[in-house]
Amino acid sequence: MNQLETSQRVPAGAPPAPARLQVLMVGIGNEIFAIETELVREIIDPVPVTRVAGARDYLPALINVRGNVVPLADLSRRFGMAGAAQTSDTRIVVVEVEVDDDPVTLGIVADRVFEVTEISAADSQQMPRLGSHWKPEFIRFITKWNDEFVIVPELHKILE
Amino acid sequence: MELDPAATFRQEAADLLDSLETVLLDLGQTPADRDLIDAAFRALHTIKGSGAMFGFDRVAAFTHDFETAFDLIRKGKIDANHDIVTVSLSARDYIRALIEAPDATDPIIGEAIVEELQRLIGRGDAKGAAGAAAPPAAAAGASLASGQGGWRITLAFEEQILRNGANPLALLDDLRELGPCTVLPDLARLPALADLDPESCLIGWTVTLAADCPREAIEDVFMFVRDEMRLAIAPLAEGVPDVRPGFTLDMAEAAAEPAAPRPEALSAETASHPLPGKAAPAPAGAELNRRAEDKGSTVRVQAERLDELMDRVGELVIAQARLSQLAHSGTDLAIKAIAEEIERLASGLRDSTMGVRMVPMGSLFGRFRRLVHDLSRDLGKPVDFVTVGEDTEMDKTMIERLADPLVHLIRNAIDHGIESREARASTSKSATGRIELSARYVGAQVLVTVQDDGAGLDTARIRAKAEEQGLVQPGATLSEQEIHQFLFHPGFSTARTISALSGRGVGMDVVKRTIEAMRGAIDLTTIPGHGSSVTLRLPLTLAIIDGLLIRVGEGRYIIPLSAVEECIELTAADEARSRGRSFLSVRGELVPFLRLRELFDAQGAADPHQKVIVTAIGGTRIGLVVDQIIGSHQTVIKSLSKLHADVTMFSGATILGDGTAALILDVAQLVSLGQGRADDRTPEAA
Repeated sequence: MNQLETSQRVPAGAPPAPARLQVLMVGIGNEIFAIETELVREIIDPVPVTRVAGARDYLPALINVRGNVVPLADLSRRFGMAGAAQTSDTRIVVVEVEVDDDPVTLGIVADRVFEVTEISAADSQQMPRLGSHWKPEFIRFITKWNDEFVIVPELHKILE
Repeated sequence: MELDPAATFRQEAADLLDSLETVLLDLGQTPADRDLIDAAFRALHTIKGSGAMFGFDRVAAFTHDFETAFDLIRKGKIDANHDIVTVSLSARDYIRALIEAPDATDPIIGEAIVEELQRLIGRGDAKGAAGAAAPPAAAAGASLASGQGGWRITLAFEEQILRNGANPLALLDDLRELGPCTVLPDLARLPALADLDPESCLIGWTVTLAADCPREAIEDVFMFVRDEMRLAIAPLAEGVPDVRPGFTLDMAEAAAEPAAPRPEALSAETASHPLPGKAAPAPAGAELNRRAEDKGSTVRVQAERLDELMDRVGELVIAQARLSQLAHSGTDLAIKAIAEEIERLASGLRDSTMGVRMVPMGSLFGRFRRLVHDLSRDLGKPVDFVTVGEDTEMDKTMIERLADPLVHLIRNAIDHGIESREARASTSKSATGRIELSARYVGAQVLVTVQDDGAGLDTARIRAKAEEQGLVQPGATLSEQEIHQFLFHPGFSTARTISALSGRGVGMDVVKRTIEAMRGAIDLTTIPGHGSSVTLRLPLTLAIIDGLLIRVGEGRYIIPLSAVEECIELTAADEARSRGRSFLSVRGELVPFLRLRELFDAQGAADPHQKVIVTAIGGTRIGLVVDQIIGSHQTVIKSLSKLHADVTMFSGATILGDGTAALILDVAQLVSLGQGRADDRTPEAA
């Protein structure tokens, strides 16, 4: 029963979210994002970045990850937040996402990495009104974790 | 890893069909060349044999008819001619279709080809009969030595022949088909049973063949194992092995009845075959022989493995650069020595790895001979197709990417370049057009040129068309070279009529895009009335380039060294003079320049002594103003992520000695950007 209700709540068009999802909780700006662990390759300490002139503001730089040059994404730009300065908590989450059927590796700047946990899509919430300047297609769904709202992002939409 | 035998066959057959195509095209030009006929027959024979072995029965059955026809030609029963070559080419295409997509291939096509072939052979037969059934010249010498009353054949194979897949018993069966045989084994080399290796062939045979067949027929049986055996053939009457057929000439001539009319037949043969362009195609046959000889020493490796190897070497070069940097910042001499040693080894390894990926251009050029053959037939324009520099080597991936652009250029050359037969007749040119495809090294680049001897580009018409399409203001001053650049504009075509081949304005822009994506450039030259040539300048490889490491603000960048012409200092005088218009006088010539600091929105203080790197692409020069020139850098190219596809100023990235990423400047883009700016500002300055 529970599952049925869940699938009804998922926005039409999106693939039905599995009931339980293993995610990595990261803090970006003043929001918490839940990135599916399935996508995460590794979490690394900040490395020197190479700015790319003329690139879009949410993909401002390149980094060297084990001999591969990968773009570094700043998701805060996509959610209308000011990017935070680098602190001792800053990490880079290296993820691999499918963009137009091709796997693409990139780093995501995280101001903080919390933990790996499981969330239930059954707890998913309607998008709160306060975040109305967010583009709805960037968000797969919103759920609650430790009494806080957590964004499960639709990464490939954000990166397009 | 599991090897699929059918896939192996497909690969081999594809190679064989390619060489068969080459041979057939050569044969079309020199129909009497026995080497070519033999080569075609051998290719067919192998395709038939291995096709049957791997269950490609339709291939085997069809090829059999085709092979039979060539056997007749080979034995001199019929002559090769242009029609046979043409139908053979379609038969070759049909075999390829049978191998690649057997289900989608209609057997009716095959039947039609066989019918046509048989009709041609039938005609050839009649002609042969009229020619007193004399075997033609080349066959004459070899077939003289026919045995009187039989042959004694002594056979001994190399030990590993069974492992190579040959079956001596099947060969003996083939011998038996020539006539009644007595076969005696020679067991002298057999060891004791305990030491016997069942996979070694230690048995020899002595065969007494009681048939009046030519020596050739016996040699043909062993055609494919000839290198791995000892074969002695002696006429029964003599009893001793005779080595060269020439020695037995007298005896054989006495025996062979139709020997007398031979000289006449010979001259008739030669006279009835005018040999067009005899000089040119001859090397192709030699080339084929050479390739066949090389085969023994080559290894087939999957392309992905080579790519992987190249990636690893790339990583090694990067790691080595880091080591060198570290070693040179310290004082430990021993470490420095090791770092230098590793640098030397890494660069050697890099060169040999790149060498492994290099393949000769000939493999690509060969494909176009068919294209030219078909186009020249369809358009009714006789064309001599000449290729030069087939052994110029290039990275395999580059060669594959070159195929499509070259198809466009060659099509254009035949369709637009070469005039119609009538138009050529009205000039002093020969009726046959000429297209030359050549490749040569110039520094670290390969130049591939397609040259025709046609009418050349009509600059006035291109300009009129460009004005009509609103690409240029009427009356603007443009150099000829600039006008020709319009040809590369998407949708630009000056052809008055749209033919099936060209005139739709699709093509040249694609060619340009492809070449630029390969970090190459296109030069176009034309002489009205004498033809035009298109030269593609390409780097030798896509994987590693020599770069110039520069600093702009806090960022470091790579400029491909092949695009760099010179480095000069931006003097205060230049600076003062250039206000408002970014031009620099380089030895009296005005060169527009771009300030990379502005372009890249660079941070950090500007160096008081700015440098200008003068770069050139396709004859157009532009200066790039940088803060510092750090030095040359072995650059392992990493392509930019798909997510950065919108970035235009950079063509890729690399990893520097300290492990940070650096961007590689796309000089072609910067040049067009600089040209655009220069055009914008010229009116103001004027």
